[in-house]
Amino acid sequence: MEKAIPIGKEPKNEPDISSIVPINRVTFADKIRSYLKKPFSFMIMLLVMLAALITVGSVAWVILHTFISGIPNLKPELFEWEYTPENLSMMPAIINTLFIAAVSLAIAVPIGVFAAIFMVEYAKSTNFLVKIVRMAAETLAGIPSIVYGIFGMLCFVYFFGWGESVLSGSLTMALMILPLVMRTTEEALKAVPDTFREGSYALGAGKLRTIFVIILPSAMSGIISGVILGLGRVVGETAALIFTAGSYSFVAGGFMEGGRTLAVHVYILASNGLYEDQAWAAAVVLILLVVVINGLAEFVGNKLKKEY
Amino acid sequence: MTETTITQNGEAVIRRNKKTDLKELLMKIVFIIAAVCFIAAVLIICLFIFMQAVPAIAEIGFFKFLFGTEWKPSDTNPKFGIATMIVGSCYVTAGALVLGVPVGFLTAVFMARYCPKPLYRVMKPVTNILAGIPSIVYGYFGLTVIVPLVRRTFGGSGSSILTASIILAIMILPTIISVSENAIRAVPKSYYEGAVALGATKERAIFCTEVPAAKSGIVTSIILGLGRVIGETMAVVMIAGNQPQFPSSITDGVRTMTANIVLELGYATDLHRGALIATAAVLFVFILLITMLIALVRRKAK
Repeated sequence: MEKAIPIGKEPKNEPDISSIVPINRVTFADKIRSYLKKPFSFMIMLLVMLAALITVGSVAWVILHTFISGIPNLKPELFEWEYTPENLSMMPAIINTLFIAAVSLAIAVPIGVFAAIFMVEYAKSTNFLVKIVRMAAETLAGIPSIVYGIFGMLCFVYFFGWGESVLSGSLTMALMILPLVMRTTEEALKAVPDTFREGSYALGAGKLRTIFVIILPSAMSGIISGVILGLGRVVGETAALIFTAGSYSFVAGGFMEGGRTLAVHVYILASNGLYEDQAWAAAVVLILLVVVINGLAEFVGNKLKKEY
Repeated sequence: MTETTITQNGEAVIRRNKKTDLKELLMKIVFIIAAVCFIAAVLIICLFIFMQAVPAIAEIGFFKFLFGTEWKPSDTNPKFGIATMIVGSCYVTAGALVLGVPVGFLTAVFMARYCPKPLYRVMKPVTNILAGIPSIVYGYFGLTVIVPLVRRTFGGSGSSILTASIILAIMILPTIISVSENAIRAVPKSYYEGAVALGATKERAIFCTEVPAAKSGIVTSIILGLGRVIGETMAVVMIAGNQPQFPSSITDGVRTMTANIVLELGYATDLHRGALIATAAVLFVFILLITMLIALVRRKAK
């Protein structure tokens, strides 16, 4: 597309083009005619539209069904501070979720960010160590959550003897979100232009100062959005937490005590079969939490992003 | 006087440099340690899983474990054969891919080439929401909606390969859509324009020039989806029926490897627990193979 010339400022010597009709314009009728000539293309087009409809339809189906079954059951007693077999309150589970999420982020974020700094700022991409670390990160990202769960049980619960506790669960979850934090941080660091680094060095700053004062603040939006995505993963996780953080229905009082997270709470209620209403209500809260968290990540990633 | 100042200044500068040098070196070591943590994590996970899995497999017998068709974790004369579960995992995975890949791929084409901008601003968050829904919610949705639906339509108990495949197909849609869409968008515009200029219809231009050019990205998206399906636990355990048997039709229930672990790990002891950890080891090997496959596809694409 050419830049539009503002009205009244056209150069006088150019011919008047307003009366010329472009011959390459495709109208709707043209499209129909072309599709009639090529029925196979038309069929493919229909299939593409159908696929998009199925996708949107399945999202709408899952979300709407959950909301319709859950929202009428969101009763105040489900948010009482104490869990009893009568009220089946999800409040302790929500608190445990936040507790475990905070601890696992506190462990995973420094390691993930520092590793990303090493990968982007210090090592060349052909470096042997970098290749191995990248392979390790890809492997970690691919391991199913149930394998993390078994590992957490064998290592933290039994080998270190911490039992089913917040600490065991958080360490397992930290391992799980490490690759996510590293990858998003790496991308954020790579997006910082090299002129920033060069300018900083030229002013006499050392490498460390450049990283912490210039690069990290510039990459902060990407890093934060990665961290929030990690938070979303922890909140939605079930399989890795059942065997590491346990399924106690009370608020975990410390690092060495166990407690169920909201996702585990939904699983226990759902597999019980008797508490369908409460399970749907908890599922609604869970979906809302995860969707809000992921939306926040996207918002932070887009809105706080600086254009260089 | 002047001389001294210069020397003092010089000294001061040199001293500060030494201090920062030390700090730089220290932090560099910290960064390297953080990176090495990743390697250590993978090694420790391998170590813990395989250290318990290998003795269990040795006790059961390698072939009896992998190809044994009976899973009877009883006290007297227990049998630990996971062949039915490997087959179950494969069936469910295949079913999910058969349903999910065409829909996901075509939706990716729609998002990349058909979708008008205002609609795209709705569609993109919608697929992101799909990716964010926890698997337990999918499982519960499957249990209360898809299972009765399948029961009414096809008979049987409803908890079946078909049910699990439908739910897992929905679950892998966002992975396939976002990775494939990026791959199609990365194809230079000139491919499309060239094809259209030669008289191809829009569909022909997309499917005969752009899609082959984006092949490696699309294949990667499918393999990523495969990895997600094979490792999926909480959704499958609620809807696949969990019978350790060879299914004779898609409306029969199966037990996957992941479901086997979740169902029995809570109360298993001794060899039974060893066998479950060995199941996780087999799963782990599957995932390693898939990761290697992705690396292979990426390298070939370069």
